[in-house]
Amino acid sequence: MSETNKKALGEPIIQIEKVNKWYDDFHVLKEIDLEVKRGEIVVIAGPSGSGKSTLIRCINRLEEYQEGSIKVKGVEVNNDVKNLKEIRANVAMVFQHFNLFPHLTILENLTLAPVWVYKKPKKEAIETAMHYLERVNIADQAHKYPNQLSGGQQQRVAIARALCKSPDIMLFDEPTSALDPEMIGEVLDVMISLAEEGKTMVTVTHEMGFARKVADRVIFMDAGQIVEENDPETFFHHPESERLQLFLKQILNH
Amino acid sequence: MAVYPPKQAKEPPLLERGPIAWVRHNLLSSPFNIIFTLLGIAILYMIIPPFVKWAILDAHFVGNSKADCAGGGACWIFIRAKLNMFLYGFYPHDQLWRPKVVIGTILALGAFAKFVPGLHRLKLALIVLYPVFAFILLHGGLFGLPLVETAKWGGLLLTLVIATVGIVLSFPIGILLALGRQSKLPIIKSLSVFYIEFVRGVPLITVLFMASVVLPLFFPEGVNFDKLARALIGITLFEAAYVAENIRSGFQAIPKGQYEAADALGLGYWQKMALVILPQAIKVTIPNLVGTFISLFKDTSLVMIIGLFDLLSMVTVTANDRDWLGMDTEGYVFAAFIFWIFTFSMSMYSKRLEKKLNTDKGK
Repeated sequence: MSETNKKALGEPIIQIEKVNKWYDDFHVLKEIDLEVKRGEIVVIAGPSGSGKSTLIRCINRLEEYQEGSIKVKGVEVNNDVKNLKEIRANVAMVFQHFNLFPHLTILENLTLAPVWVYKKPKKEAIETAMHYLERVNIADQAHKYPNQLSGGQQQRVAIARALCKSPDIMLFDEPTSALDPEMIGEVLDVMISLAEEGKTMVTVTHEMGFARKVADRVIFMDAGQIVEENDPETFFHHPESERLQLFLKQILNH
Repeated sequence: MAVYPPKQAKEPPLLERGPIAWVRHNLLSSPFNIIFTLLGIAILYMIIPPFVKWAILDAHFVGNSKADCAGGGACWIFIRAKLNMFLYGFYPHDQLWRPKVVIGTILALGAFAKFVPGLHRLKLALIVLYPVFAFILLHGGLFGLPLVETAKWGGLLLTLVIATVGIVLSFPIGILLALGRQSKLPIIKSLSVFYIEFVRGVPLITVLFMASVVLPLFFPEGVNFDKLARALIGITLFEAAYVAENIRSGFQAIPKGQYEAADALGLGYWQKMALVILPQAIKVTIPNLVGTFISLFKDTSLVMIIGLFDLLSMVTVTANDRDWLGMDTEGYVFAAFIFWIFTFSMSMYSKRLEKKLNTDKGK
């Protein structure tokens, strides 16, 4: 189905070239090449320890890499303070464990960066925040604290918080892995609606249903390298590499 | 297969609720516990009645001199006669309205801050202006107020001045030291570690001696640096190291994800620390911080050894008064009571603050 309504993608927005990363002696990313176009939905799958989280955390510089180059909207991701500021403004991230700020209310979580970092007037920041909270169906909880909410609600808040700075790119780092099974659906629904809206998304996930439904491209990583990438149809039904065949068997056969 | 109807909730058995259950579980739960309960009651019986007899039943409250205190029991007349010395030390008698105004103002400001909502700018301005106001009023020499040297400040007034200045100044310095110790910059980090470990390895008495005896050696001849100011600097720098370690333990309780989320949102270092990390770190460390501040409050009495007269030294001084010889016990019990009131209030306040800031468990 993703082939029938193939959408027009924009210019390259993330360019990863020959990236290598080591943790001490451990070679965690090996010669990674990846290009993501504006509006593209990329899903990265792979066994744990394959380096997929590390890779997307390099895109917004939560992790440093030692060799190669990553560019976001043409800006090199490095230690330059100005570049870093620009990249963090363009790229938002949603984490496995939500990482909401427990000492702030939901609304304060959402307005913190817009008010302090992007110098928006408080009133405008609150309006934007409420808009996104409505978007993720959680506006009625705006004045509660994160720990009064369920995991699924917290993750939806985290998505709204990420959206508040109107990022060009959303990174999702296993957004449903820490959730109880009955709450996965509500988070995926929000992500699917974002995808349909044309947001550029790079998602690390084990939710193969999500990948099938919205991904333009699925990437399989193993042992620090990209092993195979393809459109979802081919990826799931005609995997070429043995490792991907084995991986799909393991995650789909139960 | 079967279907079960919903069951009604009912009350727990009689022996398992209310005070009966409490006594059973906490005082009489095992033979060992029963022995300790009885022992506890015996000890209380040995201490409380004699103390009540001495401090209240047989005590003397009326009169003007030691002669009115014939017989056993406490002589509280002594406390009343020397009250001004306990409270203000050798502060000139005709100028006592000045410390009174200073204390009255802080109470009024406290009430204002608590009961009048909003007005944050004004409150902040008052917090900054108050110390200036208090110092000018206490010290004088301006606006026609007669000069009262700090050497004459004493008693509870001095204790409060030292404790307040120590707490208020050591807090921000301690935060900076804690941040320094976490820093990725090697020089800042090693300086902070060295400072903290050095100061924590030295007794406060040594620091006070150094501040009062050694420090002046570094000043040019004739420059006389106020003794109280030297003690304040010594105590503040000493406490800052302890505050830093408390706050560092708070940092360690903050999950890495909090730093990452702040980074990912684009917050800079100082924004991340001030808005996300410190509020949480300070919150978890409140019990420790208050513990440190309570011990600071009590340690203020060490200034006695460099010749400053805090509340405790005033007891020693007044009990040596020829007209009131032998009144040490009353004096020390009184001083202990005053110290206890302040430290206990600090503990209660910290408990309330913890409750108020506790957003983790929900409300």
